[in-house]
Amino acid sequence: MSADNEKQQRPDSAAARPGARSEWAIELEKINKSFGAVHANKDIDLKVRRGTIHGIVGENGAGKSTLMSILYGFYTADSGTIRVNGEPHAITDSRHALALGIGMVHQHFMLVDNMTVLDNVILGAEDSPFLNKTLSRARQQLIKLGEEYSLEVDPDALIENISVGQQQRVEILKALFRGADILILDEPTGVLTPAEADHLFRVLETLRAEGKTVILITHKLREIMAITDEVSVMRQGEMVETLQTKDTNPEQIAELMVGRRVLLQVEKQPATPGGVVLEVENLSVRDRLGVDRVKDVSFSVRAGEIVGIAGVAGNGQSELLEAISGISDPHSGSVRINGQTLDMRGDDGAARARRAGLAHVPEDRHRMGLVVTFEEWENSILGYETYPNYGKGAILDSAAAQAEAQKRIEMFDIRPANIKLKTANFSGGNQQKIVLAREMDRDLEVLVVGQPTRGVDIGAIEFIHKQIIKMRDAGKAVLLVSVELDEIRSLSDRILVMFDGKLVGEADPQTASERDLGMMMAGVEQAEAAE
Amino acid sequence: MSARRPLPRWADILLLPAINLAMAFLISGLVVLMIGENPLYAVQVILYGAFGYGDGVGYTLYYATNFIFTGLAFAIAAHAGLFNIGGNGQAYVAGLGAILVALALDQTHWLITMPLAMIAAGVFGGIWGLIPGYLQAKRGSHVVITTIMFNFIAAALMVYMLNRVLKAPNTMAPESETLDIGGRVPQLREFIPFFGYSPVNLTIVVAIAFLVGAYILIWRTKLGYQLRTLGHNPVASRYAGMSNSKLIMIAMTLSGACAGMVAINEVLGVQNRLVLDFVADAGFVGIAVALIGRNHPIGIGLAAVLFGALYQGGQELQFVIPAVTREMIEVIQALIILFTGAMEGLFRPALERGFVLMSVEQKAEATARATVDSES
Repeated sequence: MSADNEKQQRPDSAAARPGARSEWAIELEKINKSFGAVHANKDIDLKVRRGTIHGIVGENGAGKSTLMSILYGFYTADSGTIRVNGEPHAITDSRHALALGIGMVHQHFMLVDNMTVLDNVILGAEDSPFLNKTLSRARQQLIKLGEEYSLEVDPDALIENISVGQQQRVEILKALFRGADILILDEPTGVLTPAEADHLFRVLETLRAEGKTVILITHKLREIMAITDEVSVMRQGEMVETLQTKDTNPEQIAELMVGRRVLLQVEKQPATPGGVVLEVENLSVRDRLGVDRVKDVSFSVRAGEIVGIAGVAGNGQSELLEAISGISDPHSGSVRINGQTLDMRGDDGAARARRAGLAHVPEDRHRMGLVVTFEEWENSILGYETYPNYGKGAILDSAAAQAEAQKRIEMFDIRPANIKLKTANFSGGNQQKIVLAREMDRDLEVLVVGQPTRGVDIGAIEFIHKQIIKMRDAGKAVLLVSVELDEIRSLSDRILVMFDGKLVGEADPQTASERDLGMMMAGVEQAEAAE
Repeated sequence: MSARRPLPRWADILLLPAINLAMAFLISGLVVLMIGENPLYAVQVILYGAFGYGDGVGYTLYYATNFIFTGLAFAIAAHAGLFNIGGNGQAYVAGLGAILVALALDQTHWLITMPLAMIAAGVFGGIWGLIPGYLQAKRGSHVVITTIMFNFIAAALMVYMLNRVLKAPNTMAPESETLDIGGRVPQLREFIPFFGYSPVNLTIVVAIAFLVGAYILIWRTKLGYQLRTLGHNPVASRYAGMSNSKLIMIAMTLSGACAGMVAINEVLGVQNRLVLDFVADAGFVGIAVALIGRNHPIGIGLAAVLFGALYQGGQELQFVIPAVTREMIEVIQALIILFTGAMEGLFRPALERGFVLMSVEQKAEATARATVDSES
């Protein structure tokens, strides 16, 4: 493969460049960082070769983010040395990191929504009290950078009006505009459609070809395999190994990450569906601006089956979920559970849905599913706090709630196993387990799950998938909404595809090809796709 | 930037407010110094005035009673994420309920009058909180704006009531008729002569009971759980199936009712009649009390006594050192609010760093490092 040749030649060519003193862009040596009792980084050694794409993988809490924050100057290491381009530096803040040519694209974009692309790019990099000079200079440079790296964005568009993929381009442009030579990307594809992700990879390859160094933090092994030259695996604060990507495979990386063998494929028996439990009929949801987000959607889920709703994020799945679970009042249509129509009026429809046996694991656990400032056990009763299990009268029986939370922490292997710990201090995967445990560990008819493994590490993904299948095998109706096509395909017994608020097709996960599903997700009608 | 982590609980609750208070007093001392008086002597006068003799203690506790009610009122709403700054108006309107019941029953016994007056004051104050609550929940009008407005409406309403409806015959003053003995809450001095002529009365027992009750409400009941959920994350409470609009109205009603108890202390306990502006800005002091007390009943109790002492000691200070005027006392109070409320986090980063340096783990680690270094 010609790409391989390039990879091997690059260090030499880099060394030959004027000003390049070292073949290593970044060298970290014996980096240590503790937060109180938590040793987040233990004696980390990492060398990133100039002009390569270097992947860093690890489960949540493995210390990837801490390490990158040290490199970007958010944290100062307790001990250890950082060398940038061969020279030792004590990076004190992100301004310093930028001066050294290190730029970072965060997982959550740091953009001002109601300002233009151009404004955002110069934000904090204005070089005079009056903006016009900076702006015209930035505009030219933006156009030049855009052409050079195929990162074209309309400089005058408002951030709120451009797609997520384009917003990410702005973030990359921001870093390049500030002269970044080494670019750190934190989970960059989490919010992108497959096509946008492909485009991002092409951009990263161009950057590499121009001699830039890219550090890619991700938990998607497929991306590691597709684009990186080298990959470093972290586990529990330690650097486990750095591998040449071409010499490894996803199974090996996964095993290094988790410390044991991991099943990447979900094992499940064929479904044995029973009677219809959840019926959604002609459901339409209109948002506050009067735009129809869900358009006349009808489907049903039977007991003992998992129905997956596939689609690119933002095509009405969130609104559909909220309407079904009673959080928002739909514009028209109805939802029935075991023949009983849910009353969705008022702002406490979710309580009635719960009482009818609908458990809901929301898409966004931080915003919706948890009160992160509460202690773990308090979140373990959220939505069920009025139930007699937690006291018959007005007084909350916290002893009963805590005993139950303790039981669940063991059942779902939530770590750390401390029910009095503030929920914000749990990792993403464990927070998700808190929500899952709360929603699954009770008498229910329908389980509605949104993005069950978003931001969750591999070990926990396996566990969560098993739990969902266990619910199905216990005869519950499961509705799964996910933007991860792999997840939909491996878990679902039936796939419905949503596009622009409508259900545009149904597919059998056994037979449907990824291409067909992709076409449907892109809005091409099923009939055409089948041709 | 060095490592930081949350402070231990005791430091967060006790040490940080203590440092903030110390700073406030330090700067107050400088102010006193600037007008040519001895700050240490001023402190001595304040402390003696507030705690040095029976009458002083009684006055301190009498002020503290009001501040406990208004502080709790603010805290209950704050736990539900609502910024109720209408405690003043709610307490004022509650006076109406208190006086109506007390006037009707003042020929019976205080044991009958007081509980019924409390209920009436709670209902009047509660309604005065409920209306802004309703407007917020159903119409989206922010409670901060509406409660301020309702303070003014309350003031105007009470002027009207006292001039046109409740004014006692044969008097020029805008005040109601004086209550007979059956409408008065007994004074503590009747049982404890120590308190001299001070107006501290049995309402303080109610205030203490309210502190306990508020603790139970917020942390031990299902309603309290729901209110806190709403306060911390209204999206989660909606997801959980709680009716946010209902909770907002409940929180504002409870808050208003709690503020309304000031009327019992003032109308039935001290003035024995309804007078203009009997609340005397206790509603606003309550905000400061709740901020300093971190919206926790224990903190509110302590902060209420602190402000009671400042009020009482301040009066004494004006008397003893004429150069220190009423306005000076207000400057000191403002400094305390500034340091303990508005700039509450000023010393937090330094304190957190200090704690990390002193922590056991850090020492152990340093020892370990030193050992390794010497071995190698």
